Amino acid sequence: MKLLKVLGTKPWLHDTEAGGVAAYAGPDNEAAARIALRFVLAIVGVLFFLFIITFLSRSQYPDFEALAGAPWQPFTDPTRLWFNTSLLFMASVAMQWGLGGTRQGKLNVAVTGISAAVFFTLMFIVAQMDLWLHLQSMGYYITSNPANSYFYVLTAIHALHLIGGLVILSNVVFRVWYDNKLESLAAPLQLCTTYWHFLFGVWLVLFALLSSRPETINALAAMCGF
Amino acid sequence: MQHVAIADQPDELHDPQSFIAKYVWSQDHKVIAIQYGGTAIFVGLIALVLSGLMRLQLGFPDTFDFIDPSSYLQFVTMHGMIMVIYLLTALLLGGFGNYLIPLMVGARDMVFPFMNMLSYWVYLLSVLILLASFFVPGGPTGAGWTLYPPQAILEGTPGYDWGILLMLVSLAVFIVAFTMGGLNYVTTVLQARCRGMTLMRMPLTIWGIFTATVLGILAFPALLVSAIMMILDKTLGTSFFMPVLVSLGESLEYTGGSPILFQHLFWFFGHPEVYIVALPAFGMVSDVLSVHARKNIFGYRMMVWAIVAIGGLSFIVWAHHMYVSGMHPAFGFFFATTTLIIAVPTAIKVYNWVLTLWRGNIHLTVPMLFAIGFIFTFTHGGLTGLFLGNVTIDLPLSDTYFVVAHFHMVMGVSPIMVLFAAIYHWFPLMSGKMFNETLGKWHFWCTFLGTYAIYLPMHYLGFLGVPRRYFAMGTTNFIPESAQTLNAQITIAALLVGLSQLIFLYNILWSLRYGEKSKKNPWGAASLEWQTPDQPPRHGNWGPELPEVHRWAYDYSVPGVKEDFIPQNHPVTAEERTDGEGGHA
Repeated sequence: MKLLKVLGTKPWLHDTEAGGVAAYAGPDNEAAARIALRFVLAIVGVLFFLFIITFLSRSQYPDFEALAGAPWQPFTDPTRLWFNTSLLFMASVAMQWGLGGTRQGKLNVAVTGISAAVFFTLMFIVAQMDLWLHLQSMGYYITSNPANSYFYVLTAIHALHLIGGLVILSNVVFRVWYDNKLESLAAPLQLCTTYWHFLFGVWLVLFALLSSRPETINALAAMCGF
Repeated sequence: MQHVAIADQPDELHDPQSFIAKYVWSQDHKVIAIQYGGTAIFVGLIALVLSGLMRLQLGFPDTFDFIDPSSYLQFVTMHGMIMVIYLLTALLLGGFGNYLIPLMVGARDMVFPFMNMLSYWVYLLSVLILLASFFVPGGPTGAGWTLYPPQAILEGTPGYDWGILLMLVSLAVFIVAFTMGGLNYVTTVLQARCRGMTLMRMPLTIWGIFTATVLGILAFPALLVSAIMMILDKTLGTSFFMPVLVSLGESLEYTGGSPILFQHLFWFFGHPEVYIVALPAFGMVSDVLSVHARKNIFGYRMMVWAIVAIGGLSFIVWAHHMYVSGMHPAFGFFFATTTLIIAVPTAIKVYNWVLTLWRGNIHLTVPMLFAIGFIFTFTHGGLTGLFLGNVTIDLPLSDTYFVVAHFHMVMGVSPIMVLFAAIYHWFPLMSGKMFNETLGKWHFWCTFLGTYAIYLPMHYLGFLGVPRRYFAMGTTNFIPESAQTLNAQITIAALLVGLSQLIFLYNILWSLRYGEKSKKNPWGAASLEWQTPDQPPRHGNWGPELPEVHRWAYDYSVPGVKEDFIPQNHPVTAEERTDGEGGHA
């Protein structure tokens, strides 16, 4: 355990064991950005975790009607959700592909990959909005049931995180544009790619939760003690 | 220019020349810290005035026509929220975190200076949104600083339409600002330390700020989640928290949510928030005590472990704020146990502070007075916390003045004592000037004795059963007449303490302009922030080369060395020793 070792050092001793000058590895910008990203992911993770916990708690009140289960419920047949999921999956794959191209110095692969990722991400957001309209046309408004409220809120917050990611990605890409050096793109693009995969993972969890049948939701809530 | 904090290339450090780049849109952590500090103190003064108005009503009911029940509740709410979030959190982390982290770990700046600048401006925006609620129809919210639904958004509560919305939006914006700042603080501590500055050589100030920031990063999302869901309940009519209810004779359309859910979310943030404020204060007071007692901090490692342990434990005690909400006795038992366990690392810290003073060469300077005052007020508030942490004692005392007295001692007065200690201690570094010692001592004694005059009787009123949050007592036969006399006395003390803060403001403003020039490192501190080539430090902090650290920050009165302290960046040579031993590097 590295942490325990660190916490066990005796700084009042002046030997190298207490962390001598030699222990310094030198400045590392990329490591700093990686650490920052880990904290960002932790924050986003905690945010969705808390939403999900409140969802499970709220699901145990009598007015809650899950969006799947009965034949007339919209997500009993989750085909549309699978379609949207595939769009976000394609965005993640395209990011990874573009990252590979960047690392190998292939400009055309990098440009195509990043552009495709942006395209699929935007398509995902549009498809989610279309899903909103579809639900509304079926009479599933945000206030008509807490399950609906959660669906709209969770998808909106998730989409906002994707839009934030797009803003950061455009910043990264334009910086390289001015630098005119493809190599300098690899490290920040790696971080963006990790963020995209993470948001894809978050979406899979949300997807599973929102399209769960009441029995599953009740079982999960029971496990959490609600 | 990217990452000036890490790059050890002074030629890249373009010192900003224009006034706006230097003082307004500045990316220098020191300027941002002062911007944060100035704004926080400004809103803190507003909250101080609000508390004075509140006390006027309580001490002399039926005297002031302009304070009606609604405005009284608004004063209570705004006082609480401003003090906890917009003053304490912002000043300790945004102010001192920004100023001290790069200097104490030997960096040129924060790792992401642009984001750091953005953090301040977003914070200012959140403050403006909050203050705007004083000017909207209905005024600010009067829901109490905990903003519990359903009453927070129902007709009948002051500010139920605009005030509460502005409060929630302002909190959400504040969280965005805090997150941008917080990412900088943790990354700078982890990645931008100078050569030789290992984690266990960092001053306790940095450990406190670092751990508090991690707590904030993990706890503030809970407040954000509850704010988002409450905004939706208010504006769109969702039923996350709002139960089925009849308001003013009219059935509302809410379908049956859970107000208790909000309480859980709020306190899952709210309890760590206590430590977000307390941990930086613990760290800073440790450093002030050590410097002014000319003695190394007692039990450094244990102090670090205690900070980390308190941070971890603070996430599993939140429901002790909710004993009266009707929870299962087993939960009450669990939360009471975890709450009391927190007393162990906290007590270790208090013992270590006292042991640091023991046989120290104590200099009763103004910062030291405030630091010692903190040990008193914090022990006092901590001990009453042991009462309230027990379910059976909390039930009768909950919602009385005892609770008000407890949390003001532990979370109001104590961090404020440290903030004053810290401001006086680092003022010469920040401004290059000395403050007036006599005025500082007047300020200390008025504040220290005054707070006891306010809060000691308040405990007694709590035991009598005087309820908190009430605009007026009305006809209560269990509260004796003398309670009102005590209430009037508390009000007079509170007004005097409030006025005595003018001494502080005058001292700081006067010293900034006319104060005597401070000599370099006037307290003889060993930590790195005092070892900069210039005082106050210039842009980039360290001149051409980053410092190199050879020891921890507490080498005071080392046996066999001529000077009574050795700066962290100083290798001791054989000539500097009196015992003839060779130097360590």
